[in-house]
Amino acid sequence: MRRSEFDIAVVGGGIVGAAIAFGAAGPGRRIVMLDEGDVALRASRGNFALVWVHGKGLGRPDYARWSARAVRRWRSFADDLAAETGTDVGLEQRGGLLLFLDGEGLTTQAAACRRIADDLGADAFPVEVLDHAATARLLPAIGPEVVGATFCPLDGHVNVLRLFGALHEGCRRRGVDYRPGAKVAAISREPGGGYRLDTAAGTVAAARVVLAAGLGNGRLAPMLGLSAPVLPERGQILVTERTGRLLDYPTGTVRQTDEGSVMIGASKERVGFDTGTETEVLAELAASAVRMFPALASLAVVRSWGALRVMTPDGLPIYAVDPSGTAFLATCHSGITLASVHAGEIAAAVAGGTLPDVFAQFSPERFADVQAA
Amino acid sequence: MFRRLDPKPAGAVTLTIDGRVVAAAPGDSVMGAMLLADTPAAGRSPADGSPRAPYCGMGVCFECLVTIDGGPRRQACLTPVRDGMVVTTGIADD
Repeated sequence: MRRSEFDIAVVGGGIVGAAIAFGAAGPGRRIVMLDEGDVALRASRGNFALVWVHGKGLGRPDYARWSARAVRRWRSFADDLAAETGTDVGLEQRGGLLLFLDGEGLTTQAAACRRIADDLGADAFPVEVLDHAATARLLPAIGPEVVGATFCPLDGHVNVLRLFGALHEGCRRRGVDYRPGAKVAAISREPGGGYRLDTAAGTVAAARVVLAAGLGNGRLAPMLGLSAPVLPERGQILVTERTGRLLDYPTGTVRQTDEGSVMIGASKERVGFDTGTETEVLAELAASAVRMFPALASLAVVRSWGALRVMTPDGLPIYAVDPSGTAFLATCHSGITLASVHAGEIAAAVAGGTLPDVFAQFSPERFADVQAA
Repeated sequence: MFRRLDPKPAGAVTLTIDGRVVAAAPGDSVMGAMLLADTPAAGRSPADGSPRAPYCGMGVCFECLVTIDGGPRRQACLTPVRDGMVVTTGIADD
């Protein structure tokens, strides 16, 4: 089979891989994006479309900062995508809420947000604690059982289907060679430098490799001397029929899309590689959503599904680079939120620029003890 | 815009779409009947009010939801026509 030569091979065509490929692409740079295809587990299917910093990074200010940077970059990232691809990804970033049906939950969350703010000092992102009445001013559709919420004005959400399309279209326009059905079987270092990738769609040679294959990174990382102890976390999601504007702000578990449907999510289950759904879990999600927003009870659920999201032992992303500086790995739970910095700092590093601190902060070496044990 | 490829369908059924009497053939979907009758709009987008028509034709996109014999939000693309069926679209009141 014909061999193709590239400067960078990005393994993975989901949101993470496409964001990195998009950001790294440019005139004179030959990039190939190797995608497994629609049979892939695709964490992108299980995302909740939130651009979200609020509540992240308790005890890990570096993660809170990285998330906050991502969220603050999102508007210009969305504008760049729109200018280049003509696709408006529907970013609404007026703030987001975490709603609580019990006072204890709200107290705990509020305390966590205060601790994160204390840790961050001057970089703190603003979080307000709202009582029922203040929550109702933002979300008049809440039910009487909602005791309150935390609110972060930096948060928001996007239309992820359009984001996925825009990233792929952006990659195409920037000259990225997209190869579906190209599951990577093996990666080896070439004696003279660079890498050889054996895929289901032929062999590819590239000077640099980026592993952005989500759960697939667990299998691929050791081929490059890296590690990625990733675990599948199933999330079940429901979506309702479209309806008129009911929710002006996203919440952590219920949000209305720009097309009018209401997404309800998401469970967090450790069930191995099972992408199925379970009626009891879906019923619980729906019941909780109806307690938050009683008007949802009259809407028909048009679809529900399960998808496997990427988890790491501590829930934080993994960014890795090998000693030669030519093999990279990026994997995370919050691929939508972090898309802006993946297309920014991470892509720049992959293309030969400065390595941002996250490669040291979120190196897989932190799991060395776990793996040895 | 749409026409039936089979010039002699087996049998005929009659249904109403927003009060208009429409002929169809056994085995047609309600979506097929809507398209053949030149009344493709199933409803309006709650987001921007634009008329929406069946898109995927295979049960996935939910753009074809109509009321069938009083049952709300039925998928026109997955529901076979029946004689005497009453279909009401989301633009019936326009």
